[in-house]
Amino acid sequence: MTGSFLKTTIAATVLLAAAGSASADKASDTVNVAFTKELENVDSYFNSSREGVVLQRAVWDGLIYRDPDTNEYKGNLATAWEWIDDTTLEFKLREGVTFHNGEPFNADDVVFTVNYVADEANGVKTQRNVNWMKSAEKIDDYTVRIHLKNAFPAAIEFLSGPVSMYPDEYYAEAGPSGMGLKPVGTGPYKVTEVVPGQHFVLEANEAYHDSPKGKPTIKNIDIRTIPDVNTQMAELFSGSLDLIWQVPADLAERLSAMEQFTVANESTMRVGYLVMDAAGRSDPETPFKDIRVRQAVNHAIDRETLVSALLKGKSQVVWTPCFPSQFGCDQDVTQYDYNPEKAKELLAEAGYPDGFTTDFYAYRNRDYAEAITLYLNAVGIKTNFKMLQYSALRELNMKGEVPITFQTWGSYSINDASAMVSQFFKHGALDASRDDVVLADLDIADSATDPKVREEYYSKAIKRIADEAYWAPMFSYNTNYVFKDEIGYTPTPDEVLRFTTMTWN
Amino acid sequence: MLHFILKRLFLAILVAGTVSFISFSLMFLSGDPAAALAGETASGEDVEAIRVLYGFDRPMLVQYAEWLGAAVTGDFGESYYFKLPVASLIAERLSVTMILGVCGISFSLLTAVPLGVIAAMRPNSLIDRAALFLSVAGQAMPSFWFGLILIVVFSIKLGWLPASGTSGWPNFVMPTIVLGYYAMPAIMRLTRAGMLDVLSSDYIRTARAKGASETRVLFKHALRNAIIPVVSLAAVQMGFMLGGSIVVESVFALHGAGYLAWESIGRNDLPTVQALILIFSMFYIVFTFLSDVLNAWLDPRMRSS
Repeated sequence: MTGSFLKTTIAATVLLAAAGSASADKASDTVNVAFTKELENVDSYFNSSREGVVLQRAVWDGLIYRDPDTNEYKGNLATAWEWIDDTTLEFKLREGVTFHNGEPFNADDVVFTVNYVADEANGVKTQRNVNWMKSAEKIDDYTVRIHLKNAFPAAIEFLSGPVSMYPDEYYAEAGPSGMGLKPVGTGPYKVTEVVPGQHFVLEANEAYHDSPKGKPTIKNIDIRTIPDVNTQMAELFSGSLDLIWQVPADLAERLSAMEQFTVANESTMRVGYLVMDAAGRSDPETPFKDIRVRQAVNHAIDRETLVSALLKGKSQVVWTPCFPSQFGCDQDVTQYDYNPEKAKELLAEAGYPDGFTTDFYAYRNRDYAEAITLYLNAVGIKTNFKMLQYSALRELNMKGEVPITFQTWGSYSINDASAMVSQFFKHGALDASRDDVVLADLDIADSATDPKVREEYYSKAIKRIADEAYWAPMFSYNTNYVFKDEIGYTPTPDEVLRFTTMTWN
Repeated sequence: MLHFILKRLFLAILVAGTVSFISFSLMFLSGDPAAALAGETASGEDVEAIRVLYGFDRPMLVQYAEWLGAAVTGDFGESYYFKLPVASLIAERLSVTMILGVCGISFSLLTAVPLGVIAAMRPNSLIDRAALFLSVAGQAMPSFWFGLILIVVFSIKLGWLPASGTSGWPNFVMPTIVLGYYAMPAIMRLTRAGMLDVLSSDYIRTARAKGASETRVLFKHALRNAIIPVVSLAAVQMGFMLGGSIVVESVFALHGAGYLAWESIGRNDLPTVQALILIFSMFYIVFTFLSDVLNAWLDPRMRSS
């Protein structure tokens, strides 16, 4: 993995050897960007990666837009919207908008898109993004209603994020594979070249409407897939890349010290946490059924040190099973200070004066997970560390065979607590606590339309989760962006690389 | 000869089939393919929907039989990840890996064989020691390290070669050197050992006693015999280069078949992994067969055996 000590050492060598040779591509008005991951399909409904989200926001528009700074909802392809009842939303659409292929945007496009993606048979990859919608109905050419399956107050948040509007005529003909190769949207950038898995070229949409996303000022964006972060840095130094992101913290720190590039750091919604088998699914005798053991785990870990030594940047300690900025994510909850002595006392009270041994699972950030196990070992909880592929661990988790595991969740950048706490505490296959009280509270919070009621019940659920120490929430993640000084860019906390807000200095 | 070829062909198909079956089984043991496909952000319901959609809920043997039946007709199905036909996806990627593999093995042979011969001619000389040093260094140095050093020197400092990509032949220079250098030590040492062995044999002494020129002794009598195990080794190395150029492809962002295989395993993209395993194993078998033929040509005694 990119974070390995050896690779980092080598990267540092590259840094030192390479100092002083950067040159920008300002003359051709092109920003050259690297993605680490191969994108399976540009069609935003058929990929689930962060890179896909970046392209989705550049190429397509949603009906609504959430200002990443103020979290205020603004009209994008819709100019106004209102709840007709708990399960019906009506939108007035923006007139005069055209897709990149010249097709005009109107109610037919919204109806087609919603009906297509809401139909499970069409296999949209992340069903949760769309499966709350039942259908759409055209009222007139520029008025449309979306019918929901059940009351779903987070609808506005989802409509401002992953639900893009597609051209009905083109998509009916091209389908996901055609859209993946020749994407057509209304967004600020149009795609001029796609080489699957390797290369995407975007060009500013000159006819872009008056969207809150803003008109692009940089004409071309050239995105290449370069899997190795060291190669990305070499390209940055040799001048053939202008911007890289998701740079590991230690490398970003070194790059920052060189004062040759701008290194920007911004938090993301991804939260790291330990899940403990409070329901005793892995073993009816598991120590984690005892609240004192779970509290001991919470007291055993020095989160502040983990954040300052490993994650750095804008990462912060998190005490809740949701990201602090999310709607309903009450921060006034029980916090467990770093107190290894207290942890040992709690373990002794629970009948484990000499500690115990447990399997400990992780699937990413081995360095973070290992640091956490060291803290656990120090209070007597000996860990059998098991690093698995995500799919393998997920399977074990769903079967309830995992006593304690280090997990992370990014909430798809949805700024609503339901995207995290409701995902894991509603008795689904990944719920390791199965608390009926929490379930009842979340059911109310997830379906109420009154924001105050939602806040009240999310708060109750979150407080109970913290009091019962079902999880040991750890920290939020951050992302490092490194770019040439010629580029002006301020990253946002939702981890969406926004080309529209980039400028030349 | 036809009988021999047919027998080998039958064996090849049997080996490829066995390899593909074992790998198919192992892929299913490595984790839930539906969960891997659904991705990190999917809910339990998403995973279940994908399990049914792709037929993972059926017995593994049924899935394997279906895949094999289609593969025989050249239909490897559609990549779960890219939603593209696996055959076209691999064809595109394999060309990059083939270029890299052929260039790499050529580089290895063109440097290792002459070096091995020269080293054997002057054992314990400065040139012999230098060749052995190169060989040790080649084996000790990780490919990604060597690749990055080349990038630093030739892309960043000198600006002569592109650091990554596949847009033209200059993109292949550094990957060829890295890949070729990895295979070079074994070939060089085998050539050197073979030559040392042959040069001290009776028939070489006889040839020299009969007054044959040193060039004729070296190339006509010695090298022809010393090279036989090298041919077999080169065939194995070539097979390795095709399947194992993952690190080089990753460092230089070449998007070849080796890297595709590596990534596809992580993504549980079964159709792609299966097709690649089958193709790579076929390459191994073909190269081994070709090396046998070449050896038979070099050493007539092998023809009768």
